[in-house]
Amino acid sequence: MSIDWLLIHSPALIIAVPLFAAFAMPLIKKLGNKTRNGVALATVLLIEILVIMLAKDVFASGARSYVFGAEPGLTLPSGYIVPIRILFHVDGMSAFMAIISATIALVAVIYSLKFMEKETALDRYYLLLLLMMVGMFGMEFTADLFNMFVFLEVLSIASCGLVAYRIHLADAPEGALKFMVISSIGALMVLLATGFLYGQYDALNIAQLAKELQFNFIDKIALVLLLGAFAMKCGSFPMHQWVPDTYSVAPAPISILLVVSTQVSLYALFRVVFTLYGISSNVVVVGWYLIVLGLSTLFIGVTMAIPQKDIKRLISYLGVSQIGYMLIAVGVGFSLFANPVEFEIYGFRAIEGGIFQLINDSMYMGLLFLVSGALYYRIGTRNLDSMGGLARPMKVTSICFLIGSLAIAGIPPFNGFASKFMIYETVYRFNPIISIVAMLVSVLTLAAMVRAFSAAFMGPSLPEFKEVREVPKSMILGMVILASMVVFFGLFPSLIVDNLVEPAVRALISRPSYIISLLGG
Amino acid sequence: MSEMSKIVRSISNLLLPFILIYGFYIILHGHLTPGGGFQGGAVVASGLVMVLVAYGSERFASWVKEKHLSVLESIGALGFISLAFLGLSTAFFYNFLAGKGGLFGDIPPEGSNPGALNTAGTLPLMNLAVGLKVIAGLASIVLVMGLASHYFKQGGENDT
Amino acid sequence: MIHNIPYLAVVALVAIGFWAMIFRKNLIKVIIGIAIIESGVNFFLVALGYRSGAYAPIYTHAPSGQMVLPVPQALTLTSIVIGVAVLALMLSLAVQIYKKQGTLDTRKGVLKK
Repeated sequence: MSIDWLLIHSPALIIAVPLFAAFAMPLIKKLGNKTRNGVALATVLLIEILVIMLAKDVFASGARSYVFGAEPGLTLPSGYIVPIRILFHVDGMSAFMAIISATIALVAVIYSLKFMEKETALDRYYLLLLLMMVGMFGMEFTADLFNMFVFLEVLSIASCGLVAYRIHLADAPEGALKFMVISSIGALMVLLATGFLYGQYDALNIAQLAKELQFNFIDKIALVLLLGAFAMKCGSFPMHQWVPDTYSVAPAPISILLVVSTQVSLYALFRVVFTLYGISSNVVVVGWYLIVLGLSTLFIGVTMAIPQKDIKRLISYLGVSQIGYMLIAVGVGFSLFANPVEFEIYGFRAIEGGIFQLINDSMYMGLLFLVSGALYYRIGTRNLDSMGGLARPMKVTSICFLIGSLAIAGIPPFNGFASKFMIYETVYRFNPIISIVAMLVSVLTLAAMVRAFSAAFMGPSLPEFKEVREVPKSMILGMVILASMVVFFGLFPSLIVDNLVEPAVRALISRPSYIISLLGG
Repeated sequence: MSEMSKIVRSISNLLLPFILIYGFYIILHGHLTPGGGFQGGAVVASGLVMVLVAYGSERFASWVKEKHLSVLESIGALGFISLAFLGLSTAFFYNFLAGKGGLFGDIPPEGSNPGALNTAGTLPLMNLAVGLKVIAGLASIVLVMGLASHYFKQGGENDT
Repeated sequence: MIHNIPYLAVVALVAIGFWAMIFRKNLIKVIIGIAIIESGVNFFLVALGYRSGAYAPIYTHAPSGQMVLPVPQALTLTSIVIGVAVLALMLSLAVQIYKKQGTLDTRKGVLKK
């Protein structure tokens, strides 16, 4: 069990350990609640450590592949070399996404220990939570279009179960059903696209497909299906309706995992656009498609957020609009892909901004959802009109909410400012109007958050909240972890961009090296 | 769901062993013929569902508890993953039993053959594990849904 | 033309499924629509691997000759397995919605905000 052995097998272990722990949950239940919580916590901690080890190695010494069920390499025992094996491929971008998922899952489990205490059948809750992690890591690591579909479905089914977990709430089955309908349609579109590509090229491996892709008519249909499916799953404009319905009924720790799962769909979208199609597609059209999608998502999300009365729906709509920033930034970068000079000047930086925004978004959205969960835990309502004066009894919570809202609005020195500034700067050189709209949206976001903050925390103490106290320590710990990350990322953005974001973006845009490192020369 | 007539119950009693045997045959021969864990498990589960429909979900629930099915399902899944873990000396899911002799360790003959059962290494074991999981899973889905519809007809507020 | 009939059927199935999903007002029918789309996609995968006159890819008592492609069949099987889970989940949620709202009509309060 040396470090090397762990590193070689870590892509498989990161999937396998949560899977094993998940199905052990109904048996562990018999040993008592403490043991069950302990096992769940130990699993996510172990995964976090494994992911960080793997990511460090991948950033330092390049991508890693893992062949399931056989010796490494693509040569079959008969000597035939063909990429039909089941492969995991972890490059910088996958490792980057894995860090986000593992960290948020860790926070979610820490937060759940107290938050979910009053619910029943918690073994199923942790089972589904761990399965959700399996789905996310699977989508991030897989090098196979069909396995991406399978893990997408694992992720959707597990998250649907968790959204409907508090089935006693009036809206829970509705939100879950909406989510499941959207997810299954999206997944079937992915499967159809996989069929189109398989029928033409006899391959499911992303690298093999990328190598042979000709961008003929059928490939274009497949691209449209894949883009549509993943855009739907990441909650962008025409299909954003499911997001607030789903997030608002899910328990707070699940809401933050759902945010990450939309980002994983976004990652799959980027993977399709950059690695599978890349330069062989019409980059300007695809880039502008992403930009228009992003712009409309930005605008619709924030305008829908302002009139909301339910705090979680408000935050969810803002989450929808935040996805728009990433789509715009990456769309700008991708549309300059065919033009190496301009790409070097600002296209690369735009993608960096988008990817940096992705990690920041997971942090502050997570923080805001945890705070809204804390409010729900203490006062039992999500309605902003019936809240007020909660800053005095819940000091840490209110400070965390303040940090989160300033970060989401892009106010310095928090992390939202760092990434959004990179996006404004680069997008302005591409097209000033887009940049101006993005800044306007930022102002509107601030307006929405200020309203929410003053409604919930400011004003006189209400008599019905006399008994309200601060939330338990483990919930505070979860919030403080995210809040300190928000502040840290905002104070030292260049540290994060140089060490985390840049290797990820380099891996994302270098399609040839993905193909070569997977298939060989 | 309520109990059906005596004719239906007797016929389902009569048919049940055949359905179970057919299901387990499909599970066990998964590495040779079409079928395997899921298909065979679905056949076995359909046999159980037939009993459930004939006798009503209430009575079925007194014989087979949902929590027992859940434990069985976990054991199936854990067996599957454990078999995958055992191959970890080479790679996750490595077929460490194939071609080694012993349990399922024979090397299958090339080309067309009459079907050698003692081959394919860990695959038959995995089929068994998956079969167990599918039987328990599908049976508990139908059982829970049947119970839910029963409570529901009486206007009860029981969460299932 | 005769070789394209399976694909026409796929298009028809997917179109019918989408129609049912978008225009039907009953939740159960929406779910049936999704199931129909799924069968269309599964049919598409199986049709991709079909070679006319070839045998099933099983070595037990196999006659000599061409075999059809097994990979799409494996894909279809996986997608069927997933489909069962999705369908069971959605139907249970529909039961819960009926329990809470007393109707499955999408125009009457269900799925409306």
